Order: sequence, then structure tokens, then C-alpha cells
Amino acid sequence: MNIVRIATVALAFATLASAPSFGQQTVRLTNVCELSGPGTTAGTLWRNGVNLAIKEINAQGGILGRKIEITTVDTQTKPDVAKSLAEKMLDEKPYVMLGPVFSGSVKVNMVVAEQAGIPQFMGGEAADLTLQGNPFLFRTAFSQATGMPKVAAWIANGLKAKTIALVWINNDFGKGGRDAVKRELAARGVNVVADISTEPAAADYAAAVVRAKQSGADALFAYLTEEESARLLIELRKQGYDKPIVGETTIMGQKVIELAGGAAEGVRGHVGLTVDAPVPLIQAFAKRYLDEYKSASDHNGMKGYTAVYFVKAVTEKLGKFDPKAFAAAMKGLKLSAKDHPGILMDVSFDDKGDIDRESFLVEVKNGKQTVIEVLPPLGKK
Amino acid sequence: MIDFVQLVVSGLATGAIYALVAIGFALLWQTSNAVNFAQGEFVMLPAFVVLALIKAFDLPLWLAAAIALVVAVVIMGGLFKRAIVDAILPQGAMTLAIATIGLAVAMKNGVRAGYSAEAHPFPALFPVEPIRILGVGFSLADIGALVLAGVAIGGLSLFLAHTLAGRQMQAAAQNRDAALSLGIDVDRMALYTFGINAALATVAALLVTPSYLAKFDMGESLGLYAFYAAIIGGFNRVLGALWGGLIVGVLSNLAGAYLSASYKDGFVLALLIVVILFRPEGLFGSSEERKV
Repeated sequence: MNIVRIATVALAFATLASAPSFGQQTVRLTNVCELSGPGTTAGTLWRNGVNLAIKEINAQGGILGRKIEITTVDTQTKPDVAKSLAEKMLDEKPYVMLGPVFSGSVKVNMVVAEQAGIPQFMGGEAADLTLQGNPFLFRTAFSQATGMPKVAAWIANGLKAKTIALVWINNDFGKGGRDAVKRELAARGVNVVADISTEPAAADYAAAVVRAKQSGADALFAYLTEEESARLLIELRKQGYDKPIVGETTIMGQKVIELAGGAAEGVRGHVGLTVDAPVPLIQAFAKRYLDEYKSASDHNGMKGYTAVYFVKAVTEKLGKFDPKAFAAAMKGLKLSAKDHPGILMDVSFDDKGDIDRESFLVEVKNGKQTVIEVLPPLGKK
Repeated sequence: MIDFVQLVVSGLATGAIYALVAIGFALLWQTSNAVNFAQGEFVMLPAFVVLALIKAFDLPLWLAAAIALVVAVVIMGGLFKRAIVDAILPQGAMTLAIATIGLAVAMKNGVRAGYSAEAHPFPALFPVEPIRILGVGFSLADIGALVLAGVAIGGLSLFLAHTLAGRQMQAAAQNRDAALSLGIDVDRMALYTFGINAALATVAALLVTPSYLAKFDMGESLGLYAFYAAIIGGFNRVLGALWGGLIVGVLSNLAGAYLSASYKDGFVLALLIVVILFRPEGLFGSSEERKV
């Protein structure tokens, strides 16, 4: 009888031990991002960054001993789809939600994450996203309210432009950026002489470029998403536009450089994240990303990558998996890249969920971003 | 004035590409009463065939384009006619039109799943740099697009007007029964038309993709604009589709520059509505009587 009991207990332990959940608990994340539609480029790079971080973290034993499980879904770059997917995914009670990248989609699905009490790291840059008092929403990149003053100051003082033509994309991202930069330029005495809106997924920019040329502005400031930026640059080159082309983050992005080829040469502006930054951790990340995906990351890949490492750092700081405690711990948080190499640079978060860290003025040279100047975090100014 | 001239030339270049696709609409309609709503995807597919050939075998652009042309004629010409049009058209033109919408979705998702959902750079057929003529800066790419599209359309016109096969195709398009009674192989003529449509779509792909970038959904707006062009110009005349393409290209450019880039599409749609209301056969089309 004893032998039978011992054998039964041993069998039970053996069965439990072989099950993946025993001694190898997991933590579930969900990634709601743009894998088709106009946001495909940004969303795919974001997803790649997320997946690379997860692969690395799992290889090192996971977070607090738990491996990360991720479910990725495609918003089709449609806000309504982003919202319904968030509702569906949050029913599965993930620990943290990642994405989307496009501000329009974040705007509608952040409410769902807030109601569920799930922290959300997103890639959107529209200024108003973190001004709505959502305690569960956190940025992975600068708000336009952070980036635009830097680029406007450089246009006025570095470029010494007196007039400028704005070309922007008519969606939440573009409108927010256009409003922010227009305000900052006006404060510095730079006159906007052409204000040219373009439609998302537009393919033909001939008319927009002619309008910019007609304006006679000292420079052109472009604020569009990746594919549209590339098409605009190609058209500017076709029409022989010879004034400085300036932008904030996207137009100097690695993917835009790849798509626009030589037409991206000479574009200058401000970037919050760049794989060409003179930062050893970033350069090591860029190499790992290139090895993994055989193509270069841009700022979106870095946003996705660091988002997962933020989750790891904060959870390890807390010592437990508690979404509400996690959101509370993010307020006023400072993280050092020395202690948490995956976050790539020292960062701080304010009480609204906005992020602050060093940033860069860059110029596209020989198909790469070349850093002209490293700008300190706003909090250190 | 200089800007106006630049806009017109640039619009003509874009319009010539629309015209290549719009002529395909007109050709298929005339010979087979088929409306192919996958025309935009017929432009997208050769672009990806070219990219795949360059990537896989490191071929020069001209060779990859030549192979893509053959592949397009076989698949989007012959196979499309035999496997889809011939099988579905007896059920009615509307059934076929709906089937081509399904084909468009299948082609987009096939490329998205099989190749990539991301945009890809595409090698330019002509230099991107501008040149100055009489003080006006023109894009070499635009001029090249105009010339190549003109050669393609001119070659088609010569073929239709001065070769036996071309005349037989015209006869089959004008009166199928009379053509049959004259011993013309009407089905073969229709097959030629589908092949020509595929070839024109390939030329359009080579011209438009360097600017639009290669992406699985790149054909959506192109197909739509070409459809507008065919209706505005006249769905039942090749010349109408040509003029329709040029008109749409130039007017959308002018509307984008002098009204607002946001109203470009709206302006073309307004023109489409006006044409349908006051001249439903198109600006250069002719009325057709049909038995119902």
C-alpha cells in the first residue's frame, strides 16, 4: 500500500514539475500596435523592439523569476480597432499593456486600460495624451511639448531662419505637433509663411512642395509619419528644393532614411532617440537589433525595447507583480542606465507620465544620422 | 507662373500613370464588359515581383522589370482571364466586379503575408535630380514618366490602328457578333487585351513605385484615381481614359496647390459627380445602347 502511495505522490509531483506553469510561472504582457495600414512601419519596428527585449529578458531568467509571455495584435492603424482590441486583450488581465504607437489610437484605447487599472506604455507623442489625468499611461518618447521647444529654439538660433513653411500630416499626431511647433516658433520670432496640411497615407506630394516653394520660406519644417515623410522627401528632391529641411524625430528616422535614400541627405532636426547616438548602450542595442532582424532600428524600435525594460526595472524595484502599485511607483521615478542597462539612457518620469532624458540634434549624412549636439534633459536645464 | 508650369508638368506625369491604368479599365470593358476593381493591385504586384527578383538574384532593374512584365502578362493577363473572368462573367458583369474586389483583397493580403506589410524603397527608373529648361525647374523623373507612358500609349495606339491583330481587337470590341461572323477569334482578341492591360500595369508600376514606395496597399488610391479617370474621360474609349487620366492628374495637382492638399481628393470627386450628372458617358466617351 505504501509503495502505491509513494508511487502516486511521485507521479503527481513529476506531472506538476513537467507542466510549464510549475516552477516556471509567466507574466503576461499584451502589445496592441500598428502592423498594417499607414502605421505599419512604426508599429513593426515597435513590435520588433518589444520582442527583442523580451527575448533578452527571458534568456536572463525573466522578471522576478517569471518568463514574459506576450500577445501581439494589429490595430490596422484604426483607432476603433485599437479600442476594441484593447478591450479584448484586457479581458485576459495582462500585467501591462504596450502600444499603440499612433497617438490617435492611444487616445481612444488609453481609457480602456485606465478603467481596467492596467499600466500602459505607449509610443504616441501627441502632447495632450498625458494631460488628461490618466494615472496608468506612460510615454516611451518625448511629448511634442518637450521636443518642439528644443527644435524651435534651434531653428531660431542655430539655423537663424526668420520664416518657415510647415508641412504636417492631418491626424492627431500631426495636428498636435503643428500646434506645438507653431506656438514655439512664434515665441521665438519665426514667422510661419505656409501652413500645409496633408492627408494620412497620401502618395503624391507635388502640390504640397510647390506651395512650400511658393512661400519663399527660409526653411521647411516637416512633421509627418514615416512613409509620408519619405514620400515628401523624394518629392522635395524631385522638385529641387534647396532650402534647409528640418524636422522632429520622424523625418530623420532610420526607416525614413532607408525609404527616401539620397533624398534624406542633409535633413536636420531634433530626435529624442536615435541608434546613431554616441551612447555605448544604444550602439550595442543597435547591433543586437540589426543581428536579430537584419535591418536597422529607428526610434520606434527603441521605444518598444525600452518599454519592456521599464516594466522589468519598475517591477524589480517593487518586488511584486501589482499593476496598481506599478502605476503609483512610476510617478516621479528616476532610473539609471547604469543599474538598468536595458533602458539605454538615464530617464525620469513626471507625475503625468511624461518622460525626460537627454536628446540629440542630428543631421542625415551618408545615409545615417550624425549627432551634431547632445541636449541635456529638460529637468537639468 | 513658373510654379503653375511645374504643377502642370508634374500633374501630367502623374496623370499619364493614371492613364496607363485607366486605359486598362477601358480595354477590359470594351472587349469583355469586365470592370476590374483589382486594377490598382495589378500595379502593386509587378512592383513586388521586381523587388523580389532584385533581392533574390541581385538582378539589374531592367532585367527584373522585363521578367516582371512576362510574369504579369501570364498571371494578370492569361490566368486572370481564363480562371476568373471566363468562369464568372457568364454570371453577369456585376458578379465579376464583386469578384475582382475580392481578388484585390486577396492580392493585398497575399503580398502582406508573403512578402511584407512594410513599405519598401524601389529603384528609380529615371534620375531624381531636377533640370532647368527656360528658367523653369522640371523633375527628370516626371519627364521620364511622361515620355515612357507616352511611348507605351503611343505604341498601343499604333498597334491597334496599324496591325491586323489590333484591328481585329477593335472589331471585336465594337461588335462581337459581327467580328465572329467575319471569322475573328474574338476570345483570342480578348486574351490579347488582358495581356496588354497587364503590361500597361507593369509600366505604371515601374513609374509610380519609386515615389509612392512599394507597399501592399499602394494600389488602393492608384486604382481609385484611375477608375475616376476612366469615368471622367469615357469608359468606352481608350482616348477618353487617356484624357481622363491627364485631367485628373493636372487638376488634382492644381487643387492641391491653390486650394488645399486636403481637398485634392474632394475636388476630383466633385468633378466626377459633375461629369456623371451632365455627361454620364464621359467627356470623350460616346453613348451606348444596350438591350436590357
